[in-house]
Amino acid sequence: MKALVSLIAVLLLALIAYAGASVPAMRFLFGVVIPYAAFIIFVVGMVVRILKWASSPVPFRIPTTTGQQKSLPWIKHSTIESPSTGLGVIARMALEVLFFRSLFRNLKTQQVGDGTQVAYGEAKWLWAAGLAFHWSFLIILVRHMRFFIEQVPAAIQMIEGLDSFLQIGAPLFYMTDAVILASVTYLFIRRIGIPQVKYISLIADYFPLFLILGIAVTGVLMRYFTKTDIVSVKVLAMGLISFNPTVAETISPMFFTHLFLLSVLFVYFPMSKLVHMAGVFMSPTRNLANNSRMKRHVNPWNYPVHVHTYEEYENDFREKMKGAGLPVEKE
Amino acid sequence: MKIYNKGPVFLGIVIFLALALFPFYNNFGKANKKLDIKTDTPAILEYEKVNGKKECVEPKAYMRGEHMVLINNWRDAVVRDDNRGYLSSTGKRWNMSLQNGCMQCHSNKKKFCDECHNYMAVKPFCWDCHIQPVEKEETQS
Ligand code: HEC
Ligand code: HEC
Ligand code: HEC
Ligand code: HEM
Repeated sequence: MKALVSLIAVLLLALIAYAGASVPAMRFLFGVVIPYAAFIIFVVGMVVRILKWASSPVPFRIPTTTGQQKSLPWIKHSTIESPSTGLGVIARMALEVLFFRSLFRNLKTQQVGDGTQVAYGEAKWLWAAGLAFHWSFLIILVRHMRFFIEQVPAAIQMIEGLDSFLQIGAPLFYMTDAVILASVTYLFIRRIGIPQVKYISLIADYFPLFLILGIAVTGVLMRYFTKTDIVSVKVLAMGLISFNPTVAETISPMFFTHLFLLSVLFVYFPMSKLVHMAGVFMSPTRNLANNSRMKRHVNPWNYPVHVHTYEEYENDFREKMKGAGLPVEKE
Repeated sequence: MKIYNKGPVFLGIVIFLALALFPFYNNFGKANKKLDIKTDTPAILEYEKVNGKKECVEPKAYMRGEHMVLINNWRDAVVRDDNRGYLSSTGKRWNMSLQNGCMQCHSNKKKFCDECHNYMAVKPFCWDCHIQPVEKEETQS
């Protein structure tokens, strides 16, 4: 049901854009106004979100420890899994961000025998599909930079070359296109296929999946099937970034659908779970060094407690103490 | 609003902005290129004289989007089925050939095919084997 609602929402959005962009007068809206607005919301929204997170103090070290922390010299220290230095943290974060290190530990839990025992097993599919999805998304995004740079740098052309090195068909088939479609489909099937995962899945989980699938499908349709005037798309893209956009007649509604779904993604991004793109860098369980035993971390909002020292106490009562025969430190 | 860990947080925001706004400042102050696609080669002018108009094997709008599909199909037809005759949607017959078809008319590869392809960073690998039309080096004035 939730999946269906999300699917219908994305289909409706696509339909709005397709029908809207078929009306010549609306092309400026879908090609220029909405993309600009969406991009501004995305950038400002991300910054606001980061600042909001940064306004919470993180006084103590709370990294999840997944290795031996630094201890006595003869105990082997796991420098990356339980880092004690900034460098170790950077290595740990890099593994996390680039290779989803913690998801790699994913296990499946099952009752065995008469149900009183639990067994744990490998569960790497989520990790593999997640990694495949994120990397292909990134590569596609980098390849798309050819629309936004006039003299496309050699590095981007090299990525295009590697991505299409199978040299199938014309225009050349990109491997990442197949990978992103397959991996997003898997991520969706996983959500409806595993009862426990289905139970906890919300519209906020299905909607972004379908939205990204919609962007990829419209892109693939445009490249391999319905075709559009790519040269004019680049003219539009270059116009957008130099604040002088021109929307050519020859650009097909499919392109505007692609762009509109992307605009929806941009708007949706900062206010949804997708903002984990920034959040992963700010996870205290990952980005803190495990050095509580080496450094003292003081809570910044500690209440200033009034302390009455023994010295002051003795000054107050010295005579009385002497009278009662109690020992005093200062005569 | 008090911001904690200002150093890393602002570094992160600056990196984010630098990446997100890259296209804007990268292109700042540059004039956008105007494509200059030339279809005035001798063969095309000759064709125009005989037939009264300039035309491609298919309508221009179709060629713009689909020319790579078209020549790919041509290649398959020639190499696999030994079929060199192409009947276009406009009812004309054309000889299916890259070098003796497309490039006969579009003998100005640098000012035609490459003009678009360089702009879009596409590098068809056809010319690894097929011979490019000989072009006089244009003397830039
Ligand atoms: C109006 C601009 C334009 C002109 C003129 C043009 N092309 Fe293209 N061509 C393109 C674009 C854009 C692509 C890439 C499409 C894409 O990436 O989806 C392309 C792709 C191709 C491809 C597929 C290459 C690949 O790596 O995928 C071939 C082959 C090709 N063109 C051949 C030619 C030939 C031969 C000529 C000259 C007779 C020519 N084109 C003229 C715009 C043009
Ligand atoms: C008879 C000569 C002739 C042949 C053969 C020919 N073309 Fe064309 N082509 C033209 C002319 C003339 C135009 C410009 C049409 C116009 O302006 O309406 C053109 C336009 C094009 C365009 C669109 C350019 C633009 O500005 O959008 C492409 C792409 C193209 N040709 C590619 C090819 C390819 C690929 C082949 C081989 C399959 C080919 N042409 C064969 C004469 C020819
Ligand atoms: C590995 C070398 C090679 C590459 C690369 C190559 N071809 Fe060919 N092509 C051939 C050979 C060999 C023939 C057969 C020539 C013949 O029988 O006349 C041929 C024939 C063709 C033909 C039909 C015959 C003719 O007269 O043109 C077309 C069209 C064609 N190729 C298009 C392409 C296109 C488009 C590309 C780039 C996407 C390409 N080829 C890349 C080797 C190559
Ligand atoms: C998150 C951002 C985006 C994603 C995930 C995405 C995804 C895709 C995919 C998967 C394709 C298929 C072909 C390929 O892989 O190159 C594609 C094609 C395309 N996209 Fe996007 N896209 C995005 C943003 C954009 C933007 C901002 C534009 C506007 C310039 C755009 C314009 C196009 C065009 C014109 C094509 C057809 C390209 C061709 O035929 O080579 N896309 N997109």
